[in-house]
Amino acid sequence: MEQIPISLLTLVAGVVVTILSLWIGQHHSLLPVQASQQAPLVDGFFNIMFTIAIALFLIVEGTILIFAIKYRQKPGDNADGPHIEGNIPLEIFWTAIPTIIVIGLGIYSVTVFRDMGGLESPGHHMMASSHMPGSAIAATVSDSENISETPTPTVTRKIGIGANPSEEDKQANLVVNVTGMQFAWLYDYPELGFGAGELHVPVGADVQLNLSAIDVIHSFWIPQFRLKQDAIPGIPTQLRFIATKPGTYPVVCTELCGGYHGSMRSSVVVHTPEDFKNWVEENRLAQSDINQAVAVNR
Amino acid sequence: MRSAECGVCEVRSAVWIKQLSYSLLPVPYSLLPIPYSLLPTPYSLFPSKIMTQVEHPRNTAIASEVVVHPEHHKPWKWYDYFTFNIDHKVIGIQYLVTAFIFYLIGGLMAIAMRAELATPDADLLDPNLYNAFMTNHGTIMIFLWIVPSAIGGFGNYLVPLMVGARDMAFPKLNAIAFWLNPPAGALLLGSFYFGGSQSGWTAYPPLSLVTAHTAQTLWVLAIVLVGTSSILGSVNFVVTILMMKVPSMRWDQLPLFCWAILATSVLALVSTPVLAAGLILLLFDLNFGTSFFKPDAGGNVVIYQHLFWFYSHPAVYLMILPIFGIMSEVIPVHARKPIFGYKAIAYSSLAICLVGLFVWVHHMFTSGTPGWMRMFFTISTLIVAVPTGVKIFGWVATLWGGKIRFTTAMLFAIGLLSMFVMGGLSGVTMGTAPFDIHVHDTYYVVAHFHYVLFGGSVFGIYAGIYHWFPKVTGRMVNETWGRIHFVLTLIGTNLTFLPMHELGLQGMPRRVAMYDPQFITLNQICTIGAFILGLSVIPFTINIIWSWIAGAKAGDNPWNALTLEWTTSSPPIIENWEVLPVVTHGPYDYGMNNHTDVVTSDAVSIG
Repeated sequence: MEQIPISLLTLVAGVVVTILSLWIGQHHSLLPVQASQQAPLVDGFFNIMFTIAIALFLIVEGTILIFAIKYRQKPGDNADGPHIEGNIPLEIFWTAIPTIIVIGLGIYSVTVFRDMGGLESPGHHMMASSHMPGSAIAATVSDSENISETPTPTVTRKIGIGANPSEEDKQANLVVNVTGMQFAWLYDYPELGFGAGELHVPVGADVQLNLSAIDVIHSFWIPQFRLKQDAIPGIPTQLRFIATKPGTYPVVCTELCGGYHGSMRSSVVVHTPEDFKNWVEENRLAQSDINQAVAVNR
Repeated sequence: MRSAECGVCEVRSAVWIKQLSYSLLPVPYSLLPIPYSLLPTPYSLFPSKIMTQVEHPRNTAIASEVVVHPEHHKPWKWYDYFTFNIDHKVIGIQYLVTAFIFYLIGGLMAIAMRAELATPDADLLDPNLYNAFMTNHGTIMIFLWIVPSAIGGFGNYLVPLMVGARDMAFPKLNAIAFWLNPPAGALLLGSFYFGGSQSGWTAYPPLSLVTAHTAQTLWVLAIVLVGTSSILGSVNFVVTILMMKVPSMRWDQLPLFCWAILATSVLALVSTPVLAAGLILLLFDLNFGTSFFKPDAGGNVVIYQHLFWFYSHPAVYLMILPIFGIMSEVIPVHARKPIFGYKAIAYSSLAICLVGLFVWVHHMFTSGTPGWMRMFFTISTLIVAVPTGVKIFGWVATLWGGKIRFTTAMLFAIGLLSMFVMGGLSGVTMGTAPFDIHVHDTYYVVAHFHYVLFGGSVFGIYAGIYHWFPKVTGRMVNETWGRIHFVLTLIGTNLTFLPMHELGLQGMPRRVAMYDPQFITLNQICTIGAFILGLSVIPFTINIIWSWIAGAKAGDNPWNALTLEWTTSSPPIIENWEVLPVVTHGPYDYGMNNHTDVVTSDAVSIG
């Protein structure tokens, strides 16, 4: 049983594959813009997986192609190929390499997931009923609202993406209750006392969305934030994020929720802090006319 | 009930009891490769058959019992295929043909959906009808096409032939398992009278409890029927493979297809009852006022998802493990090489079966699952990539140094290899919770599982059909039209499913009848690809029907293959062999000079 020879050619091919996959893995435009603190984490992780995937793809597909051409049956040759039943070192090699890759990816995904806020440990939510004003937005909020009206965060940790480990002990700057229903999202700002048909958040603020659904399961996705969490009837869930880039981005329902599931789209508007303050004021004025603004977006 | 009238069952069971007792005895394997000269004279007249089929040693007394039934050696008539027949080959063909009809029906639904998605608005189909098509497309393709054709069709036809048995262990049970399928299909098609089930093939409550009530009930009943069929079939496979292997076959001479079917059956036996439980609870919620999954009344909708995916992730392996088995048969034959790493491939099937039971939550990374659970199942999911990779590398290494015959079967097998690599790599990315949070329930997922299930399973079924068609019908398939079919399928698959990755990454959710107009270009490419895929079925269907009627005669072993099914006539006689074969070499012993010469002597050249 011969070892497959490692020639200069394979070495060159290896170098080319490495460079090509590294370059494509870092210079693709497959993903939309990054607009949240978590987005670069997810994208960095994806780029690593994509780089490895391109390398493996090129190696395996290239090998299949080369073998298919090189070892095709020559005219008139009716003999069998050599009787090779296996090669234990080679089999150990190609079992070990994927094992190392997936263990590495597994460890790295735990790190990324923790940094995204997916592993927030239970009991770290504070029982405190007062805010810890850490930004201008929180100041705005606590200026204008009676502190006792703000909802006390529950001790039990909600399912979903929470604060990243460095923010874990802090409260979110802005809490929005998001309710999914066939076929719309409703946004309610309990600390500000009004609701909206679109999600408005200030850039740089630590925002917590409390997700719920009143009829069937929906799923709240902002592709530019790389965040998604199902809104489940009977089970409160959350998404916590810091938007990093002003702009208007789509909010998409990704859990089949009925015939018009595809049209259950909404928007998130990421404001600069000043714009957000203006938006809050406008809504407060409008609130005197309408008790609750409900917008069904179609 | 034709066979039962003749009392064949009684005779068969007698044979099996003997076979069972023999399988428990240590057989002196060293004695088995018998030279021609030592064989009894009648068999020396047919030297071409000798190396792979020799007379069973006299003291087994099997031959005398079998030959007493001359009436069974008359081939079945066409109408026998429409009856409750207990012959495993008839049942296999019944499974394959029924499944193919449902493949066409499910395919037409897909074409209708892609036509709808050519434009962003819901202008061609009513959105509820779109959802009904989407739901039933998935349901039919999984439960009435891939599972019954790969396991029921190929499994029933091939397993007894490959292990040297005259039939499955429980022929009547086998027939019952098949005949549960047509009513299930009828229930699904009938549900369209009530609007069709519209909650996706996952049927998550509460949506499934509030949408198209009657149709959803029919859907549940249909799935319970095919689930029952799957359990009955699996019991049969496990017993057949474990107990009815011809005594002269060592465990490391068992064809890899049988190992794959064994792993598949164990997986089905463990997981299917859990799905049945979930669906029956759903049925009670739907019709009898219970509230297992009604959040208003204290029910928990996430429990359903666990019950569903505990089965339905293993169901993915139910759909791909038998196909891996087909690959392990097709590639060595047409590459003229032994399979590379027999034991690694056999054990990896069992490893996939085992690990596959502990990965289901990766379908629920954005659902009501806590962070630790998402991490645990990220890691277990990534581990599945290892045994799968072992298989892929083993097949690629089998090609190395081979003398590859580019028959249509081999083209589809190599096509599967290249498509599955794509699906496997995208699968690893999705198996990690941090990235899956972004792509879950998007077209990225649709792209992934169509690469695995279309580029994988369906390519494998095609490879299997082209490979075993000569055995099943005694006639060759037209290779030119086969190649046209392959090229159309390959182009159609990539055109349809490759752009879907990008759609998902950019923000298009799955299961939508209307979408953001920014995605129109890629969607239209997908639609064109889907139409090509639709067209590709036409040359295949015509080719198969035409070749079955008027194809060139195949002979017993047109591919010079070494597994046992090629030692009998094409099509095989009822009860498979006049005299049970004795295994004298491994199933993939290509390139050993001593029998290449003999086996190739009756080669039929292929066009």
